[in-house]
Amino acid sequence: MSPDSSMQPTHLEFRDLSVWYGQSKALDEITFSVPRHSVIGIVGPANSGKSTLLKTINRTLEFIDIAKTGGDVLVDGQNVKSIRNVYSLRRRIGMVFPLPVGLPMSVYDNVAYAPRRMGIHDKAQLDELVENCLRDSVLWDEVKDRLDLLGTKLSGGQQQRLTLARALSLEPEILCLDEFSIAIDPVTTMKIEEVLMRLKERMTIVLVTNLTQQARRMADAVAFINASQLIEWGPTEQLFNNPGKELTGRYLNGEFG
Amino acid sequence: MPDSNPFSPSPYELNKESRATLAEWTTFSISVALLIPVALILTMIAIKAAPAISWPYLTGDVSRSGAAGGIWGPLMGTFYLTMLCLVIVAPIGVLAGIYINEYAPDNKFTRSIMVAVTSLAGVPSIVHALFGLGAFVATMGMPKGLLTAAMTLSVMTLPVIITSTREALSGVPKNFREACWNLGASRWQTIRTIVLPNSFGGILTGVILVIARAAGETAPIMFMGAVMWLRIAPSGPERLMPYGLNDEFMALSNHLNLISKDIPGMPEEMKFGSALVLLTLILFINGIASLVRLHLRRRKRW
Repeated sequence: MSPDSSMQPTHLEFRDLSVWYGQSKALDEITFSVPRHSVIGIVGPANSGKSTLLKTINRTLEFIDIAKTGGDVLVDGQNVKSIRNVYSLRRRIGMVFPLPVGLPMSVYDNVAYAPRRMGIHDKAQLDELVENCLRDSVLWDEVKDRLDLLGTKLSGGQQQRLTLARALSLEPEILCLDEFSIAIDPVTTMKIEEVLMRLKERMTIVLVTNLTQQARRMADAVAFINASQLIEWGPTEQLFNNPGKELTGRYLNGEFG
Repeated sequence: MPDSNPFSPSPYELNKESRATLAEWTTFSISVALLIPVALILTMIAIKAAPAISWPYLTGDVSRSGAAGGIWGPLMGTFYLTMLCLVIVAPIGVLAGIYINEYAPDNKFTRSIMVAVTSLAGVPSIVHALFGLGAFVATMGMPKGLLTAAMTLSVMTLPVIITSTREALSGVPKNFREACWNLGASRWQTIRTIVLPNSFGGILTGVILVIARAAGETAPIMFMGAVMWLRIAPSGPERLMPYGLNDEFMALSNHLNLISKDIPGMPEEMKFGSALVLLTLILFINGIASLVRLHLRRRKRW
């Protein structure tokens, strides 16, 4: 299903968001918004600030000492800066990184990690949750008989799906994926893309990608970021077929980047 | 038609090969040469100590200024001294290492802490002895004894534990931490569930090596209540715990130092006997550290 995203209320909004790392500007007054239950594709050349953008959403940018931010990020209309308990924010936002990270513990413990840190210790509840997340990330059939295997011993593609399962373990309402397919094979990528299209019914997805075709396949809207600036954003087909700026057209057609 | 052989080496390649061989043999022979002094020292001490080593020597009292009897008092002193030192320095050093590696922002304050740690590591042990005397005894008014000696040793070994803890912690890849933070785990939860379980072996190894260092030191304790001779109770629990926290004490390293230079006519085997016991003790502790490392390398999880 493809809900008409324009009918959905705004879920995530960036207002004049700027980020500096020391003296260098990583994001320059970014403003755009994402409706609920939609997939927003964020595309742009390497080093243009895409990953930084994700880190402002769950405030993990605060772990980088030299980073400073200006402007606002709003989730459901609430400014993330004003959320006093940062863990209640991170619980609602799932993150998947470019390189798969299996934590050095069993597959089961990997998926149960975040729920346990939130105080869930009931065995039956965790069992069910772990199974659901692994099913959602298309990993269940491959690991169901060896849930005690170390997460770090899985293959790259499996670890990436494990990372996805972990991100889903808190039922996030916003799922951020940072070039999730960079380290995995095309078949697995397609499998995960299918899963994400299904997950859209339950959550809003922010998809940072270098693959413009992946954005075209999946995203309802696309934001093009180049050299720290938001060049333009809009519905996917409009941006691909009829971009407002020449630069956008050239990037989306693979002429630079 | 030898010239057409595509694998015939050029003069440059021949030269390269001989230099490679030379480099390998030089480094190899120097490494082997290192074994010679170690083997000589151990053999010599073992041979000269052999007549003295016996069960009564280990468990007997020091008599006639060390010229006769055993080394029970110094042995117990060294044991309690190092244990006490460990109890003081391990928590402080490990916690400081955790702060510096996991929490401290990269700023002037943190860098000045690190400069302090490095400088502390470079201070000669005799200066630590004077510091202990000045700080704990003269300024704080504590009595010279087991506790103040252990505190002095703790100051001396603190940078070693901090550095080894930091190294162990930084061996855990950064992306594990980031994955946890993104899952909403706090820094402390991340340290407790991911960082410490996966660096425990390295931290433990550092702690064990500090025991070896503390057991062998003489300078820091000789001003701090380590004495030539004390009367040890012949039996009962006081035989096993001969010294109170504030009591003067005997210690192997100090015992060896005194009997070797201050007592004329000291039988050779008595000197080498205590040297061998001290050396064995330290090698034994180092051996444990190696075993721990070996065990943990085998179950490395990534």
